[in-house]
Amino acid sequence: MTTLPARTDRKLGLVIDLDTCVGCHACVISCKGWNTENYGVPLSDMDAWGEAPEGSFLNRVHSFEVTRDDAPPMIVHFPKSCLHCDNAPCVTVCPTGASYKRSEDGIVLVNESACIGCGLCAWACPYGAREMDGAEKVMKKCTLCVDRIYNQTLPEEDREPACVRTCPAGARHFGDLGDPESTVSQLVTARGGFDLMPEQGTQPVNKYLPPRGRDTLATPDLASLCTPATETATGFLGWLDRALERI
Amino acid sequence: MHPAPSLILFTVLSGTGFGLLVWLGIGLRAPTGIAAFVLFGLGYALTGAGLIAAAFHLGHPERALLAFTQWRSSWLSREAVLAAATLAIMAPHAASSTFAATPLPFFGWLGAALALATILATAMIYAQIRAVPRWHHWSTPPVFLLAALAGGALLAAQTGLALALLLALALAMVAHWVFGDRQFAASGSTTGSATGLGGPGRVRLLEPPHSGRNYLLREMVHVVGRKHARKLRLLALGLGALVPAAVLLLPASHATIILACGLHLAGLLAQRWLFFAEAEHVVGLYYARA
Amino acid sequence: MQSRQPALDLSPQVSDEVRKTTCYMCACRCGINVHMKGGKVAYIEGNRDHPVNRGVLCAKGSAGIMQHLSPARLRAPLKRVGPRGSGEFQEITWEEALQTATDWMRPLRETAPEKLAFFTGRDQSQSFTGWWAQAFGTPNWAAHGGFCSVNMAAAGIYTIGGSFWEFGQPDWNRTKLFLLFGVAEDHDSNPIKMGLGKLKARGARVIGINPIRSGYNAIADDWVGITPGTDGLFILSLVHELLRAGKIDLGYLIRYTNAPYLVNAADGPEKGLFLRDTDAKPLVRDRHTGQAVAWDTPGIAPDLAHGVEIDGVTHLPVFRHLSDRYLAPDYAPEATAPRCGIPAARIRAIAAEIARVAFEEEITLDQPWTDFRGVRHETMTGRPVAMHAMRGISAHSNGFQTCRALHLLQILIGSVETPGGFRFKPPYPKPPEAHPRPHAGHSPGQPLDGPHLGYPLGPEHLLIQEDNTPKRIDKAFSWEAPLSAHGLMHMVISNAHAGDPYKIDTLFLYMANMAWNSSMNTSRVMEMLTDQNPDGSYRIPHIIYSDAYSSEMVAFADLVLPDTTYLERHDCISLLDRPICEPEALADSIRWPVVQPDRDVRPFQSVLLDLGARLGLPGMIRDDGTPKFRDYADYITSHERRPGIGPLAGFRGADGTDAGRGAPNPDQIDRYIENGGFWTCHIPTEAQFFKPWNAAYQDWAVARGLYDSPQPYLFNLYSEPLRKFQLAAEGHGHRQPPDHLRARLLQSMDPLPIWYPNFTDAETDPAEYPLHALTQRPMAHYHSWGSQNAWLRQIHGHTPLYVSGEIWKQQQFAPGDWAILTSPHGRITLPVVRMDALNPHTVWTWNAIAKRRGAWALDPHAPEATQSALLNHLIHELMPPRGDGLRWANSDPVTGQAAWYDLRVKIGKAPAGQSVSYPDHSAQRSPVPSPARDLAHQTKP
Ligand SMILES: Nc1nc2c(c(=O)[nH]1)N[C@H]1C(S)=C(S)[C@@H](COP(=O)(O)OP(=O)(O)OC[C@H]3O[C@@H](n4cnc5c(=O)[nH]c(N)nc54)[C@H](O)[C@@H]3O)O[C@H]1N2
Ligand SMILES: Nc1nc2c(c(=O)[nH]1)N[C@H]1C(S)=C(S)[C@@H](COP(=O)(O)OP(=O)(O)OC[C@H]3O[C@@H](n4cnc5c(=O)[nH]c(N)nc54)[C@H](O)[C@@H]3O)O[C@H]1N2
Ligand code: SF4
Ligand code: SF4
Ligand code: SF4
Ligand code: SF4
Ligand code: SF4
Ligand SMILES: [Mo]
Repeated sequence: MTTLPARTDRKLGLVIDLDTCVGCHACVISCKGWNTENYGVPLSDMDAWGEAPEGSFLNRVHSFEVTRDDAPPMIVHFPKSCLHCDNAPCVTVCPTGASYKRSEDGIVLVNESACIGCGLCAWACPYGAREMDGAEKVMKKCTLCVDRIYNQTLPEEDREPACVRTCPAGARHFGDLGDPESTVSQLVTARGGFDLMPEQGTQPVNKYLPPRGRDTLATPDLASLCTPATETATGFLGWLDRALERI
Repeated sequence: MHPAPSLILFTVLSGTGFGLLVWLGIGLRAPTGIAAFVLFGLGYALTGAGLIAAAFHLGHPERALLAFTQWRSSWLSREAVLAAATLAIMAPHAASSTFAATPLPFFGWLGAALALATILATAMIYAQIRAVPRWHHWSTPPVFLLAALAGGALLAAQTGLALALLLALALAMVAHWVFGDRQFAASGSTTGSATGLGGPGRVRLLEPPHSGRNYLLREMVHVVGRKHARKLRLLALGLGALVPAAVLLLPASHATIILACGLHLAGLLAQRWLFFAEAEHVVGLYYARA
Repeated sequence: MQSRQPALDLSPQVSDEVRKTTCYMCACRCGINVHMKGGKVAYIEGNRDHPVNRGVLCAKGSAGIMQHLSPARLRAPLKRVGPRGSGEFQEITWEEALQTATDWMRPLRETAPEKLAFFTGRDQSQSFTGWWAQAFGTPNWAAHGGFCSVNMAAAGIYTIGGSFWEFGQPDWNRTKLFLLFGVAEDHDSNPIKMGLGKLKARGARVIGINPIRSGYNAIADDWVGITPGTDGLFILSLVHELLRAGKIDLGYLIRYTNAPYLVNAADGPEKGLFLRDTDAKPLVRDRHTGQAVAWDTPGIAPDLAHGVEIDGVTHLPVFRHLSDRYLAPDYAPEATAPRCGIPAARIRAIAAEIARVAFEEEITLDQPWTDFRGVRHETMTGRPVAMHAMRGISAHSNGFQTCRALHLLQILIGSVETPGGFRFKPPYPKPPEAHPRPHAGHSPGQPLDGPHLGYPLGPEHLLIQEDNTPKRIDKAFSWEAPLSAHGLMHMVISNAHAGDPYKIDTLFLYMANMAWNSSMNTSRVMEMLTDQNPDGSYRIPHIIYSDAYSSEMVAFADLVLPDTTYLERHDCISLLDRPICEPEALADSIRWPVVQPDRDVRPFQSVLLDLGARLGLPGMIRDDGTPKFRDYADYITSHERRPGIGPLAGFRGADGTDAGRGAPNPDQIDRYIENGGFWTCHIPTEAQFFKPWNAAYQDWAVARGLYDSPQPYLFNLYSEPLRKFQLAAEGHGHRQPPDHLRARLLQSMDPLPIWYPNFTDAETDPAEYPLHALTQRPMAHYHSWGSQNAWLRQIHGHTPLYVSGEIWKQQQFAPGDWAILTSPHGRITLPVVRMDALNPHTVWTWNAIAKRRGAWALDPHAPEATQSALLNHLIHELMPPRGDGLRWANSDPVTGQAAWYDLRVKIGKAPAGQSVSYPDHSAQRSPVPSPARDLAHQTKP
C-alpha cells in the first residue's frame, strides 16, 4: 500500500484562510478531543501535569511575524495539519504499508495496527504533520476526520472535520479540491490560494489563503470628502444653522 | 535530526558487518575453519547487533515482519529484505567455509552483491528524504558504502584495500560536508516558502504552537554549535579515516589492525552522530525564531 | 501497484447519548453538546442551535472534558489545620463544614451583619448571591465587576443605557467598517470571532486600536498601535475631525439625544444642570420661535446652535458646549498625535474613513416603525460603522471618561441602534434612571434595605455616613468612587486588613482567586491574608471560600466549600443577571447535571441556600422554619423576584407557554433541557432597531417583563448626574466631599467626555519608568483555570515577556535572555521574546498563566511556576503615599475600576544564568493527591 495511487477520485482537503485566523487554537483542541475518542488510539499526553508536558496533536497553530519595510509589522496566525499531499513522501517511505493514501478521496492515513513506529514517515514529511504517540508509539496524523465526513450516524451538516466545524472565525474550509467547481476550489482561485513549500514536490492538497493587504487605508482626510464646516465663510455655527434648516 | 544512539549504532555496526561480508563473500579473503568461524561470526554478529539496535528505534518491534512487505517503494523495507536475504544467502557459503573448508562462490558472490545492496539501501533511507536537504544528495551513499567497505576491509585485515578505501572515505566525508553545507539553501525552502508569507516581508516565528515540547522538535530540530561541529568533523575525519590509514602504514601486525579498526569505528560513531545532528529538517523552518 | 486499503469503519457511533447544556470554561456561555458513552463524558462540541455560538466552540470549550477530569478538583470540604497559606487541610463532612460556617455567621447577623463580607468572582449567579446577601443584611456584597470592566458598563449605562458585550454588539451582518478598541479576547469570545469572520468574508474593513497586534488585531486590516492610556485623546481627536468637517448626524442628535437640551449657565447651585420647566422637563430652544420649550413639545425644531438668554445669561444647548470643546485646537490631530503615538495624518485618515462609510455608504432597510413620539418612519436608515471596546480602554484610571468618549463618537455619527452600527441586546437599553439605586442600610437581624448595587444619580445616592466615611468595606459609592456600580472587590482584602473604613469578621469568597491573579499586589495580599494580631489571631478572623479546584486562594481559607464542576450542577443564566440575549432575541439558558459528581462535593448555590435556611434568612425558610428550597434547581423554578418574574424567563406559566412573565412552572427545567438547554424569544422585526425610541420595542419589552412600563429615553451626551458631583465639589449642596477629593472630582466628573493622563502616568517619572506593561488574555486559557487542563497547558505553559524591537536592541537582548521588570512598586523576572508588532514603549505578557508552586495539582517544577510571573506583583492596589495619610486606590476616580493597565515599568537584562522566574513564593501543600504522570484517556462505553 505504500505506493501512491496513480490518481484519486477526489481530493478532499482543507483550505485555511490566513486573513481570518485569529490564532485561537480552537481547531487544535477540537481535533485533539475528536481524535482522542475516535480513529485509532487516544492522543496521549506525557508528563501531563509535570515539568515538561508533551502530547500528540494533529493540528497546531504557529504565529509568525512579518516585518515590512514600508508598513507596520504584521502577525499571522498559522494553523498546520497534514496537507494530504498528492505526492506524499511519507507514504512511499513507509516500510510496512501502514501509511497509505486512499484512492477514493486522497486522504492520507496511518493504519495503526500495521505501524511499527519507525518514525521514517515523520522524517519524510516536510511539514511536521506527523507525530509519534508517546504512549502507544504509533504514528498519528490528521485523518481529515475520515470517521466524521462519511459518518452516517451524524447529521448531514456535521459530516465535516471537527476543526472546521468548530472554527469560530470560519477560517477553515473543507471540500474537494480536485473539483474545480467546488466552493473550496473557487475560494482558492478567487483569493490566490497557495501551496506550502512547493519546492518540496509534495503537491499538497490543502491550500492556504494569503492575508489580504494590511494597513492600506487610503482615505486621505476629510478635506477630500467635503469642505470642512469650520472653513465655510460663516464658520461652524453658520454651517450648523444651514444644516439644521435642511432637517 | 536527533542523533539517536540506536540509529548511530545500527548504521555503524551493520554497515561494517555487511562490509566485511562483502569481502568474505567475494573471497577476497577466504578463511576456513576457525578463522572463517571468527570472521563470518564477526560479520553476522555486527549486522545482527546493528539490526537489534535498530529494533530499539521501533515503537512496535513485534510487528517488524511487516517491514518486509513494501520493498517496491520503501528503502527501509528494501533494506530489511536485503539484509535478511544477505544473511540467508551468505549462510551456506559461511557454513561451508567454516565446517567444510569449502567456500561456495555462488552463494558468496550473490551474498556479497546483496550485502552491497543492503548498505546502499541503508544509505538511501536517508538520501531519499528530501525534507532533510543535507542528506538528499548523491554524496550520502558514498559515505555509507565506503565506510562499510573500509571497515569490512579492516576487519578482514586487507590493509592495502583498507588504506585505499579509508582515503576514499575521507574524500567522501569531506564531499558530503562541503555539499551538505550548501544543500539547505539549495533546496529553496525558507521560512518564506514554508509559510507562503515571504512575499510581503521578512518572516519570523513569533510563537511556537505550544509552549510545551513536542515530538517534532525532539526528533527533527537539533542544533549543534558551529564550533562543536567543526571539532567533531575533524575527529570524524581523523579517527574515521586518516589516522587509521596512517596506522596501516605502520608495519602490519594484529595490533595495528586492531588499533586501526578501533579508531575507525570510533571515528565513524562521531561521523554518524554528526550525520544526524547536523542534518537540518525543513520542518525547523516552522520552529525557528531567528 | 495498488494494493488493498484497510477496511475502515467510516460510521462509528460517536456516543450513546447527547446531553445539551451550557459551557462554563469561560463566561461566554456557549451551548454545548456533551456526548456521553456509558454514562461518562466522552466528547464536547458546540450546539448548532444555540444563539450564542451556533455550533462553534473555542479551545477551552473543547477541552472541557479535561477540566471535568482535572486532578485539581477538590474532593470534600476542607478545614484548615496548618497556618494560613500553607495548604494544610483536613477533609471534613459537609455537616461539620456547614455547622462551622453557620456558627461563624449567625452571631454576625444578630449583632453586626456588615462584618460579613461576601464577594463573588467569575460566577454567573449574581442576582442569586446578591439576593442572599441582602437577606443576610450585609451591605458588603459585590461581584468581580469592579476590577473587571465597570468603567465600560457604567460609562455605557450613563451615556446610552447599555454597553458592549452582554449589553449589545455590532450589527455583524451589515457593518462595513469596524473599530475594535483594546480587546484581546473579551467575554463574547466566540461571537466576536464569528462576527469578525463575517466581516472578513464580506471584505469589510477592520481597524484594530491596540498597542499589541496579536489575535483579533492581527487580522485587523489596519492596526493603530496606540500608546496605552491615550485612547480618550485619540477618540476625541476623531470627534474633532468629524465636527470640523460637519460629518455628524444632526437629525439623529436632535431626535435621540440630549444634544439640544439647554444647559443652565447662571452661577449657582443649578449651574451646568439642564434648564427645566415646572414639570421638571428639560428645555430646548425651538428654532421657529426662539423660545425655550419642553424638549418633547410636538412640532418644534430643536436648535443645536443657539441658546436662549434669560436674565442676561445665555444658556447654550449641550451641542454647543460639545462643539466648542472638541473643536478646540487641543483636540486637533497635530496636538494629540505625539501623546497617542499615532501620526496626525493617520488620525485624519481614520476620521475620514469613518465619515465616508457612515455618510456615503449608509444603508436603508425597508422596515417601517413608529417612534415614542408617535411619528411613523417608513424606513430604517443606518450608518454601517460599528465599534467595540473592552478593558484596553476601561482598565485605566481615565477609563470611564474614555468609554464615554467612545460612545460620544458612536452617537455623533448616528450609529447606535441603527442598521450596520451597534445594537443593544435586551434587557438593554436601560438608562440609569431605570436601574435601582445602591443600598447599604443595615441593622442587626434585618435584611438590607434594598439591592446593594445600582446607579447613583447624584451625591444624594452615595453610601456614606454623616462624616463622609464609606458604608461599604470596599468604599463603593463613596466620594472616592461615586459611580462604582459593581463595587470594588479588589480593595476588600486591603481595606479589611487595614480596618479602613472598619474591621470585618468573616470574609466569604466564591469563585475568585483573590490570593493570586485577581488581586493587585499579590505578594502583599498573601501577607495581608496571613497577618496576625499581637494575640496571634488573624487580622481577618475568618475566611470561607468556595472553589471547585485546588487554587491559590484555597490555601488561604479556613474553611473550603468544594463546588461541583460545570457539568455536575444546575446553573441559571438569567435575564435578572448577565443574560445571553441577542440583538434580535431574548434568551436565557441553564446548566444541568449531565453527570453526577463522583466526589463529596456540592453545588455552591445549593449550599448557599442550605446556609440561608440554617441562618433562618427571610425568603429561604417557610413559616415553620424549614428550608423553602430543596436545592438551587428548586429555587430556579419557584423563586419569583416580582410577581410572574423569575430567574428563568422561558416556558413559564402552568402549561409552559408564557414568555417572560408568567407563573412558575415546575417542569421548567425539563422544558429547557428538551429545548437544548436554552430559550429564545424573538423581537418583532419592526422593533429590532432604534430600541430606546421604538414604540413597538418598548411595548414588547413590557409584555416580556423587562420593564413594567415603557421607558423611552434620550442618549446622554451630557451627563447631568456627573455634573451634580462636580457641583458638590464646587461647594454646592448638602453633601460635601472631603477637601482632598474636590479637585479630582471636578476633573473626573466632567459631564462631557474628557481625557486626562491616567494617575500613574501623571505621577510616575517617565524618564525612570519609560515603558507601559500590559497583560493580554490568551484565547486558549481562562484566567487561572486553564493550567490544570492537560491539553490547554501545553499551549500556554509560561509567560514570556514580549518586548518591541526597539527595546530588544537597546537592551541587547538575545534569544534565551531574561529580563528584570521593575515598577515603582516591585520587581519580577521573565524570559524575553522579541515582537515588533508592538507599540515601541510597551511590554506585555499573558495574564494569569503564572502559578504558585503546589497549586492546581501541578508539579512544583511546572513551567507555570518556574518560567512565569504575574504582572500583578508590580501593580499596587494603592497609589504611592502622598504623605497625607490617605490610602488612594489605584482605580478610576469615577467608578473605582481597577487600573490594571496604568502600570509603568523599566526593564533591564537579568544576569546571565537566570533561569527561574522571580518572585518565587513558597510552595503550598496540595490538598489533592498528585496525578498520574501520563494521560491517554479514551472513554470506554
Ligand atoms: N495583571 C492582571 N490581573 C488581572 C487582570 C488583568 O487584566 N491583568 N484581569 C482582572 C480581571 S478583569 C478579572 S475578571 C480577574 C479574574 O480573576 P478571577 O476571578 O480570580 O478568575 P480565576 O483565576 O478564573 O479564578 C476564579 C476561581 O474560581 C474557581 N472556579 C472555577 N470554576 C469554578 C466552579 O465551577 N465553582 C467554583 N466555586 N469555583 C470555580 C477557580 O478555580 C479559581 O480559583 O483577574 C483580574 N486580574
Ligand atoms: N480566553 C479568555 N477569554 C476571556 C478571559 C480569559 O481569561 N480568557 N477573561 C474574561 C474576562 S474576566 C474579561 S474582563 C475579558 C477581558 O477581555 P479583553 O478586554 O479583551 O481582555 P484583556 O486581555 O484584558 O485585553 C486588553 C487588551 O487591551 C489592550 N490594551 C491595554 N491597554 C490599552 C490601551 O490603553 N489602549 C488600547 N487601545 N488597548 C489597550 C491590550 O493590549 C489587550 O489586547 O475577557 C474575558 N474572556
Ligand atoms: S479555530 Fe480557526 S481561527 Fe482559531 S486557530 Fe484554528 S483556524 Fe484559526
Ligand atoms: S503533509 Fe506530510 S504527512 Fe501529510 S501527506 Fe504531506 S507529507 Fe504526508
Ligand atoms: S512510523 Fe509507522 S506509518 Fe510511519 S513509516 Fe514507520 S511504520 Fe510506516
Ligand atoms: S481534519 Fe480532523 S484530524 Fe485533521 S486537523 Fe482537522 S480535526 Fe484534526
Ligand atoms: S467561549 Fe469557549 S469557553 Fe467560553 S463558553 Fe464558549 S466555548 Fe465555552
Ligand atoms: Mo474580568
